[in-house]
Amino acid sequence: MERSSMKFHGDDLNLEATELRLGLPGSEEPEKQAPQSSRNNKRASPEMAEHCRTTSNKKASLLGAGNCDVQDGAPPTKTQVVGWPPVRSYRKNNMQTKKTEADISGVYVKVSVDGAPYLRKIDLKVYKSYPELLKALEDMFKLTIGSYSEREGYNGSDYAPTYEDKDGDWMLVGDVPWNMFVCSCKRMRIMKGSEARGLSCL
Amino acid sequence: MREDPVSEMSEDDDRSPPSDLGGPASVTVSSNKTRNCTGVCGSGSSSIEFQAPYPDQVLENVLESVLYFLTSRRDRSAASLVCKSWYRAEALTRSELFIGNCYAVSPRRATRRFTRVRSMSIKGKPRFADFNLMPTNWGAYFTPWVAAMAKAYPWLEKVYLKRMSVSDDDLALLSESFPGFKELVLVCCEGFGTSGLAVVASKCRQLRVLDLIESEVMDDDVDWISFFPESQIYLESLTFDCVECHVNFEALEKLVIRSPSLKKLRLNRLVSIGQLYRLMIRAPQLTHLGTGSFSTLEVNAQGEQEPDYISAFSASKSLVCLSGFRDIWSDYLPAIYPVCANLTNLNFSYANINPDQLKSVICYCGNLQIFWVLDSICDEGLQAVAAKCKELRELRVFPVDPSEDAEGPVSEVGLQAISEGCRNLQSILYFCQRMTNAAVIAMSKNCPDLVVFRLCIMGRLRPDHLTGEPMDEGFGAIVRNCKKLTRLAVSGLLTDRAFGYIGKYGKLVRTLSVAFAGDSDMGLKYVLEGCPKLEKLEIRDSPFGDAALSSGLHHYYNMRFLWMSSCKLSRQGCREIARALPHLVVEVMKTDLEAEVGDYVETLYMYRSLEGPRDDTPQSVEIL
Repeated sequence: MERSSMKFHGDDLNLEATELRLGLPGSEEPEKQAPQSSRNNKRASPEMAEHCRTTSNKKASLLGAGNCDVQDGAPPTKTQVVGWPPVRSYRKNNMQTKKTEADISGVYVKVSVDGAPYLRKIDLKVYKSYPELLKALEDMFKLTIGSYSEREGYNGSDYAPTYEDKDGDWMLVGDVPWNMFVCSCKRMRIMKGSEARGLSCL
Repeated sequence: MREDPVSEMSEDDDRSPPSDLGGPASVTVSSNKTRNCTGVCGSGSSSIEFQAPYPDQVLENVLESVLYFLTSRRDRSAASLVCKSWYRAEALTRSELFIGNCYAVSPRRATRRFTRVRSMSIKGKPRFADFNLMPTNWGAYFTPWVAAMAKAYPWLEKVYLKRMSVSDDDLALLSESFPGFKELVLVCCEGFGTSGLAVVASKCRQLRVLDLIESEVMDDDVDWISFFPESQIYLESLTFDCVECHVNFEALEKLVIRSPSLKKLRLNRLVSIGQLYRLMIRAPQLTHLGTGSFSTLEVNAQGEQEPDYISAFSASKSLVCLSGFRDIWSDYLPAIYPVCANLTNLNFSYANINPDQLKSVICYCGNLQIFWVLDSICDEGLQAVAAKCKELRELRVFPVDPSEDAEGPVSEVGLQAISEGCRNLQSILYFCQRMTNAAVIAMSKNCPDLVVFRLCIMGRLRPDHLTGEPMDEGFGAIVRNCKKLTRLAVSGLLTDRAFGYIGKYGKLVRTLSVAFAGDSDMGLKYVLEGCPKLEKLEIRDSPFGDAALSSGLHHYYNMRFLWMSSCKLSRQGCREIARALPHLVVEVMKTDLEAEVGDYVETLYMYRSLEGPRDDTPQSVEIL
């Protein structure tokens, strides 16, 4: 690879055609940096890490060099560049870890029951449907919720399960499709008595 | 956030006098004089023997007594240049040794000159190593240093390392060699694991401080917390928020209970808020707290009540520094309200909170001086900070999404607000997606005390998003108006004009970071010719070539290092520098181990050194 032929003129170098990467051809993966292991930081062989880093770094420098002098105002290619923006790997990993953990380890929401002195935290991902969830709540809090009907909510029961969604609105559990509920539910409150009946009538 | 150790270790840090040296008198032979010196003034244990009272000897003893009180590195350096006897006296009385570049001087040379060191600080890799721009086995090994120190400094008490490669064996040697060892601080280090920590915990019987900051610690499945013996009751600071493996909570709790002097405790993100509570009620005397995850990690057990977190914080009347919040559950945020008024330092940089959540806290934080936060708080959150935090000295705004195409919740609006509200600002690091010259100029005028200005517009080559102009005028105003500026990081679309400004006005600038900027060699020339105080220059992806490089020949011996990657350098150009300056180590890093790269230099890292080329380079590094 002749680097001396690299010019900083915004030539269309079509770097993507010549780039080295770790993925299979055709897979449009963003730049992979040396394996970052924040959750699995068992000792790895240094040679492996070195190889990965040097491969990815070269690709980045090709891109970096090529994009350096874009005078005509065309935006640089949007592929990731190694070490840019300059945020420490440690910090980047911590933010990423959170995202993946949310996917893998479940959606925890707090459940409060009117009149009960404590809160419980449950993982919505454990349940596959509303009936499952409601049964679990009944078992957990030793109360009867009954079943949901679109027209009458939880009429016939002293309790109505409600939840706060992402927009801050309080909804009746069961109003939206299950998957949407799992994604939007921030916390739950099992309401009691007349308040419950009022809500159920909405 | 902990008082940034970097700023504590900065060159212009005048420390308070070191504690009484104590220890045995050491005997030094110099020319044909023999004397016992303690270098301690008024300690009561000095035994100065006069064989025959040479006037010179009396003077030297007096000199030592006086120099003992000299703490600033620069002053000491100046003193040592006066004459030979001052050099000797200074060397004997230097108890804190700072090595800014571990390859600038050898352990042997350092320990020979300074024989009575109690505290060692060593910095290794350059900062760009943090961004994966260096091979992982590049160097900066602690091993030769600890070996030399073990022989030379039996009374060593403190070690501070930044960006060094530290092995478990190194930690073991350290633990065995220094019976009075008190403080270990590792910042951005790697190469060791929990087994190394276990040795330190068990063998350093006098340990007061164990701080691991943004370091990579390998999980050896060793329960290192349990290795602190029952006799360990002196702990003052324990920081392990970067350790990514579970610690034995029961052992930790017992440790906290038996450590009445514990003032600083920073937990990792695997400690739940319930566990935090248990520790807080045992240690209400804490001044610095890293809260760990700040959320519950498991389902509460049947019938278990949530602890009263608010009361725990209320009881912590001495808290001035709060950090952690790694997996923050925003419902718990109100728990910290009781301590907000006393906080001088708040690190929310791992807490993904929205503007309203931030406002609910910041409205109490009238005394805040140091604030680290994520851009999730948006411009609106920054406006709230500006309105309340009139004492703010340092602000860092990190991106939740550190990529070029991200949304960018903060902008020039936030920066402008901060500049108007926080007139005492001294240091700022600001990540954003869009910026204007006007806001930067406003900050330069509103915040004349700025010492550190680091703006990172994450999209490369982005101009002022309102005018379409380059960001030259903004940065120009910063160097022109901020007369105390010593550290600058630039970004966005920048022409050579920006560098002209830096060279013309940046007379105190010591550290400069450049990325994707400039048009031609002139840019770098302006800086190298114009900035007499420049010590650290790191450049990436900018069109500066050999001619620019040679324009700095007059200055490189005054610098700690120069880094240039993905620029327009050739081997020939770099070799010429190496030839012209024999005391400069010129390292060229290859990114592709196999291919012949021709004349182009991908990465140049050069630094002054008394030792010549090092012998521990990896394959990817060549020294010209």
